[in-house]
Amino acid sequence: MRTTTPSQDFIRGIWDENPVLVQMLGLCPALAVTNSVKNALAMSAATFFVICCSSVLVSSCKRFIPNEVRISAYILVIATFVTLADMLLQAYAPVQHKELGAFMALIVVNCMILGRQEAFASKNNPFRSLLDAVGTGIGFTIALLMMGGFREILGTGAFLEYSLFGPNFEPWVIMVLPAGGFLTLGFILLAMGYAEHRKKANEIVNEQVKTAL
Amino acid sequence: MSEEGMNEGLEVQDSGTPPEQESPAKAEVSTFQLVATLAVAGALAGLLIVLVNQHTKPIIDKYKAEQLRKAVYEVLPGAEHYDTYYLVDGSLSLSLPEGAKESDFKRVYVGYTAAGQRLGVAVSRGESGFQDVVQIIFGFDHVTGKLTGMKVLDSKETPGLGDKIYKDKAFVDQFFAGPETPLVPVKSGAGKGLPNEIDTITGATISSKTVIGIINHGLEEWKPILDQGIPQAPARSVDEEAQQ
Repeated sequence: MRTTTPSQDFIRGIWDENPVLVQMLGLCPALAVTNSVKNALAMSAATFFVICCSSVLVSSCKRFIPNEVRISAYILVIATFVTLADMLLQAYAPVQHKELGAFMALIVVNCMILGRQEAFASKNNPFRSLLDAVGTGIGFTIALLMMGGFREILGTGAFLEYSLFGPNFEPWVIMVLPAGGFLTLGFILLAMGYAEHRKKANEIVNEQVKTAL
Repeated sequence: MSEEGMNEGLEVQDSGTPPEQESPAKAEVSTFQLVATLAVAGALAGLLIVLVNQHTKPIIDKYKAEQLRKAVYEVLPGAEHYDTYYLVDGSLSLSLPEGAKESDFKRVYVGYTAAGQRLGVAVSRGESGFQDVVQIIFGFDHVTGKLTGMKVLDSKETPGLGDKIYKDKAFVDQFFAGPETPLVPVKSGAGKGLPNEIDTITGATISSKTVIGIINHGLEEWKPILDQGIPQAPARSVDEEAQQ
């Protein structure tokens, strides 16, 4: 069994095990609704709400959930919170709700959330689970904002609908279309892979220098 | 104490929680218990959803009604109030037959000036565009057939191209300039200056033609009905006045 401290539970999801960029979970919303920063924010907020509530509830009720039906129970918990988030968003942010469309309801099948319930919340206490959920939620938000920012700036020449380059900028429309999502994700992963590669190469060189000395 | 302190950082399991979830999970659980657990959880979930829905539904409905109300005034410039007429058995009626559902009936919105004169009629209609159904509302003078305005209510047209049907001011403004109907789509700049020409958007011909098609088909459908005459609306009650 892995052993972690509370701070590791929290930090882990943000970068080292970022759900989207490292674990490759929750890619469907990450690709579909990141055509603007606003939509990315709305999706992140809804997912954040769902993962935190589900994690706390699942970890506090874990002793009542028989092992045989645990997945159904997790899905039930997640689906309930998604429905609540859906209704609240529709009431208080109708424009964003319309933009998110079907992807709002599809948060239910976001593997990132179910994964945290099965891998963490069902084995740990509510406090630890909340830390883990908050970390994962922040990681998801970071990933979505990176993609949303990249795509909105290139695809419409604006950030949060505030025009950056003036009227002469010819928007790179492909970036706000579905294909742009794949391109963006590819570039981000490429950059992260390259950074990781460099880090490892440096470590090896340092090792060698040490042994040579 | 010191041992606990040492292990505190390394243990995934919090020391406060008894290690009970290891053993009962392995024990045999009756089918009844499984069903009961899910049933209770489902009932609680349902209850929670109903409670929140009761709170949010009025807000959502109010927002939708408000959006429609705004749209009607937008496409009928100068209107001070409007009445909703339903199409019941081929003629217009202000009221629905007993026990009928509102959503089953087609409807028009008849706008009036402050003096109570009929200004025009607004119709909401949707047809397939380039991606999905484009829903628009448009207003027209029911006597002359001239358009008074058009607003896209719902569309999933291509961002950057098709979405110009509501983002491109030059395109939208043409519908507010009182063009005669039926509308004729022409390539931008290729028109002959006729009063029923609408310049289509370069790169979004299908989306532009969809909008024009919706208006033409809507007029074809409603003009004969409206020509039969619109029944007089009853005097407006204080209640309705207060809502404006």
